Amino acid sequence: MNNLIIGQYVPGESMVHQLDPRTKITVIFFYVIVIFFANSFFSYFILAAFAFISAMLTRIPAGYIIRGLKPVWLLIVFTFLLHLFVTKEGDVLFRIFSFYVYSGALIQGFAISLRFFLLILMTSLLTLTTTPIAITDAIEDMLGPLKKVRFPVHELALMMSISLRFIPTLMQETEKISKAQASRGVDFRTGPIKDRIKAIVPLLVPLFVSAFKRAEELAMAMEARGYKGGEGRTKFRELQLSSRDYALFISFVFVLLLFWWARA
Amino acid sequence: MEITFEHVSHIYQPNTPFAFHALKDLSFHIPSGSYTAIIGHTGSGKSTLIQHLNGLLIPTEGRVKVGDFQLEPGKKNKHMKDLRKHVGVVFQYPEHQLFEETVKKDLMFGPLNFGTAETTIEKRIPEILEAVQLPEEVLDRSPFDLSGGQMRRVAIAGILMMDPNVLVLDEPTAGLDPGGRREMMDMFYNLHKEKEMTTILVTHSMEDAMKYADYVLIMNEGRLYMEGQPEEVLIQKKKLEAVGLDVPEMVEFLSMFEEKFGTKIPFHGQNIKELASDMLRVMKWGKCDE
Ligand SMILES: Nc1ncnc2c1ncn2[C@@H]1O[C@H](COP(=O)(O)OP(=O)(O)O)[C@@H](O)[C@H]1O
Ligand SMILES: [Mg+2]
Repeated sequence: MNNLIIGQYVPGESMVHQLDPRTKITVIFFYVIVIFFANSFFSYFILAAFAFISAMLTRIPAGYIIRGLKPVWLLIVFTFLLHLFVTKEGDVLFRIFSFYVYSGALIQGFAISLRFFLLILMTSLLTLTTTPIAITDAIEDMLGPLKKVRFPVHELALMMSISLRFIPTLMQETEKISKAQASRGVDFRTGPIKDRIKAIVPLLVPLFVSAFKRAEELAMAMEARGYKGGEGRTKFRELQLSSRDYALFISFVFVLLLFWWARA
Repeated sequence: MEITFEHVSHIYQPNTPFAFHALKDLSFHIPSGSYTAIIGHTGSGKSTLIQHLNGLLIPTEGRVKVGDFQLEPGKKNKHMKDLRKHVGVVFQYPEHQLFEETVKKDLMFGPLNFGTAETTIEKRIPEILEAVQLPEEVLDRSPFDLSGGQMRRVAIAGILMMDPNVLVLDEPTAGLDPGGRREMMDMFYNLHKEKEMTTILVTHSMEDAMKYADYVLIMNEGRLYMEGQPEEVLIQKKKLEAVGLDVPEMVEFLSMFEEKFGTKIPFHGQNIKELASDMLRVMKWGKCDE
């Protein structure tokens, strides 16, 4: 299991790591909306600069972030090519076989792929610098007002954090069982598709068995420790905004103003 | 089959922030037909080491030789399946690998994958069942209906059914009761003797290492810390305690005996009865002869 998930949390002490998760989510939320309003070179430049500076501040090696985005590169290139051939604006620049490439298409292609790239970069910065649990806590807190309309916010957050908590466990388990079955001669990598699909059964059955067992044990352990829902439950990790968060908010508002001014 | 490690290193997830150097410049040799125990603190790299024996992991540096098979970084070994047929690995909690509807099917799963003829396999079943001390009645039951100890035996039988030349055991008795532990360890020892299987046992039990192994490897933080015959290695109290390991109880007892009574009884792998007569001699004549 050497291929990492996009944006798997990388522990660190950087400024970005220490921000309140709610701050990060809010900023990224607005960033994602605002990027669709970019329409000039300078407006893209400002947003890109913001993203790159944020990425640098995480102190995660750039090579690692870029490699983590590998699966989406293909999608970005595809988006670019699609725009290149479909858009028909501006002057004809050159011709490839029977396709005419317009200057507008080139600009449009660049702009859209950049948008796409920045979107994914910013969201993966969130997951790279924030533990899944912190993200869940933040979501629970931010959805808090919905409790008034009897929306099960706490239950939803609990479900999320339990699933997130067990993803690494399940991945480890998958690796362990697939190694055990590989030792018994199962070949997951080569051979005809039909055989490879059949090879999944010896992997899935033990995985399901252990997942159910784990779920049962977890429920029992929670009850044994007095869990009875979110009502009146206090928190171990209280979320608290610090001066760092206010500083980011202020500079982000500044970036937004600059951005609005730079729009065509 | 003999096994040789030549300057083997293994790094998990190389070139990422998660890179972890789990084995560092490991060299040793295990002769064919021997019984080797690997001991070390949790996280010292024991499980990583044994996964190199059947090609589940490939060294990131150095070379592993198992019989005629060679594992080297960057080289695809086309005979991986052959290697896995010869090297049976019993992982920690092997009962987690059971999945078939009946015990019989699960026992046949391994050898069928390696292309052994069904009739040959069926002939092996009674012998293997006897070796792991399971009654024939279990064959048609679901492995999930059995007790924990029985499931473990079925899983181990599933590996033995492949008739391997090398048997690798990764803490095979973890989570069993003391009686079950001893039975199982005796069973592995008998198999080792009868079939002349090269046996490699990962264990936390100094007693087991002392009792069964011809050779011990002590691991610490991914390196080979000590190696040699158990009677020589497992009595070095200071050196073992430095890496968080205890000496066998017998050795501990003898060192306390010496402290209290001022008489030294040398340790040469004697069992409890022999030790008792040694002590008797000391009491009677004030010293242990030899
Ligand atoms: N798949 C893996 N990815 C990354 N690190 C691992 C992996 N498997 C084991 N490790 C690390 O390698 C070290 C040695 O592990 P292991 O060989 O399982 O030790 P032992 O069996 O002696 O307890 C541990 O620190 C462990 O965290
Ligand atoms: Mg281990």
